[in-house]
Amino acid sequence: MKPRVFTQWAQPAAAVPAANLPEPVGGNAHRASGPVSGQRPLLARQGLSDRALAWLFVGPTVALLLAFNIFPTLWTVYLSFTNYRANHPNSEVVWQGLSNYKRVLNDEAVWEHLSVTAHFLCTSIALQLVLGFGLALLLNRKFRSHSFWSTAILLPMMLAPAVVGTFWKYFFEPQYGIFNAIFRFFGASGDFTMLGSTQLSPWAIVIVDTWMWTPYVMLLLLAGLRSIPPYLYEAAEIDRASEWTKFWRITLPMVMPFILLALLFRSIENFKMFDLVDNLTNGGPGSVTELASIALKREAFEKWRTGYASAFAIILFVAIYGMSMVTVNFLNKVKQR
Amino acid sequence: MKAIPHSPLEPTSLAKWFAGIIVIGYAVISLVPLAWIFMTSFRTPEDAIAYPPKIVAKPSLIGYVNLFTTRSRVGADEMAALPPPKTWYESLVREQQMILAGPSRFSDRYTNSLLIGFGSTFLSIVLGTLAAYAFSRFRVPGKDDWLFFILSTRMMPPIAIAIPVYLMFRQLGLNDTHVGLILLYTVVNLSLAVWLLQGFMDEIPKEYEEAAMVDGYTRWQAFLKVVLPQAATGIATTSIFCLIFAWNEYAFALLLTSGTAQTAPPFIPTIIGEGGLDWPAMAAGTTLFLLPVLVFTVLLRKHLLRGVTFGAIRK
Repeated sequence: MKPRVFTQWAQPAAAVPAANLPEPVGGNAHRASGPVSGQRPLLARQGLSDRALAWLFVGPTVALLLAFNIFPTLWTVYLSFTNYRANHPNSEVVWQGLSNYKRVLNDEAVWEHLSVTAHFLCTSIALQLVLGFGLALLLNRKFRSHSFWSTAILLPMMLAPAVVGTFWKYFFEPQYGIFNAIFRFFGASGDFTMLGSTQLSPWAIVIVDTWMWTPYVMLLLLAGLRSIPPYLYEAAEIDRASEWTKFWRITLPMVMPFILLALLFRSIENFKMFDLVDNLTNGGPGSVTELASIALKREAFEKWRTGYASAFAIILFVAIYGMSMVTVNFLNKVKQR
Repeated sequence: MKAIPHSPLEPTSLAKWFAGIIVIGYAVISLVPLAWIFMTSFRTPEDAIAYPPKIVAKPSLIGYVNLFTTRSRVGADEMAALPPPKTWYESLVREQQMILAGPSRFSDRYTNSLLIGFGSTFLSIVLGTLAAYAFSRFRVPGKDDWLFFILSTRMMPPIAIAIPVYLMFRQLGLNDTHVGLILLYTVVNLSLAVWLLQGFMDEIPKEYEEAAMVDGYTRWQAFLKVVLPQAATGIATTSIFCLIFAWNEYAFALLLTSGTAQTAPPFIPTIIGEGGLDWPAMAAGTTLFLLPVLVFTVLLRKHLLRGVTFGAIRK
């Protein structure tokens, strides 16, 4: 079966692939009983009406989401307009209007954190897209044991980022870490300190994130490659198109929605990246790897400037939201072609 | 040699070899860190920080012993006066010139991870299955906005949610409790679970239940006896995704728990030995912590794509 991109933005209820469903036991017997002509309507025999049942089924989920998702979000919005400090719960809360937002946007350190985040976002996602696409193209050649190796490649992305970050600290250790040992083995002078140098540590987090998430991009793009109908390549073959033309005219355009989807999910995740970097560098040395999320945690839970941190959080959310909307619009445009 | 008839679409065997070598090369390199963690867990603390790093070292269980125990250092005279060690792990501790002081908190943290992981998965699957069935079969307002809603909840940085939840939990007395973390993880997983499960339910033809209802089942009975068994694979897949999320979650656990309800992820980075981090003990903890996820990944491999893209891609 061909994998397809199912997104609510474009095609909500697409055709149901029914081929993999088992034949129901006795399912045909019911249909064999002929057209249901003189039967009573189904509703009459049910204990509860469908409408009541629908509310009963959806109710608890909606209640929980309202209590622990919508309500906290609205509370953050409220807090962002106040001078509230969570470590002084009894002091008077003063409404401050937009002043928290002004302070966040005028804070040079905030722009510093955002530029660190942007560097991390762009470099890591670019690397992941290139590596992931390359691996997907190679895996799509279906060499022997390819399915075993594709599962093996997927392992890193399922691990706990916090634990991964902790252990890469060990691997990056200048003396006893294996990262430098491997470079020494190939003759490089292995004296560099990945996590101690202000030049190298922004790349250290990129390396670890790429190691962890390239499999994710590969998985998505492999699904994209497998969704391309083979007759396109057959037609190209008849037209004696070169490999190069086939790649640019068939492969790339057909995989584009999947590339954009990978871009969307990875950029959301990396924009709010916290657990991996918190354990790997904790923002240091200095603040060269202090991503927006880590700065946010410091403001909220170390400096306890709750109001200010809430405003910062809302600004980050709006930025992520805006970035995602641009990608989603682009995705819809690509899919309509 | 006979030329093998060969479709123009099928890569040549040379191309396949080339692809195989590069992919396997990448896989092996990317698995080195995992193998290294596993190997470190069976080393002595001295071997773990040897310069240059040793590829082969004498295996030792000190890492695992140190992970589960706390120890204290004693002087040589005191050591000589002690009765001989009773168990194998006690003798391993004595070799480090230390005596056993008691169990460590690791097993508590691991149990917390299990409790909170399974508790929240169970809740989100029960609630999610009901909601997904309603979304799949009935007209429910707001159904079409669901994927968008999930995506936007994922756009909130975890710290941004932690601020009001921390205040809320403080009011309700839920900070550092199992119930608090279970509820929070349930909510985070719920929207994804509903979406994934709805996809699986959409694939079950409506005619099955209708047939059952013609035979006199109520809607509820048809749901229990016809739809649920058909959706078993989907439910299992979704549960594993919820479980892995709760298992790996770090930010909420770090900020909302400290003593009693803390899970393993915030605990593992803090395992400290004498004179710095105790790498073999940390590696042992990491190995025990990662193993279940590795097993689940292998079990899930066919459905992985669907889960990690929030159901946006179905195969």
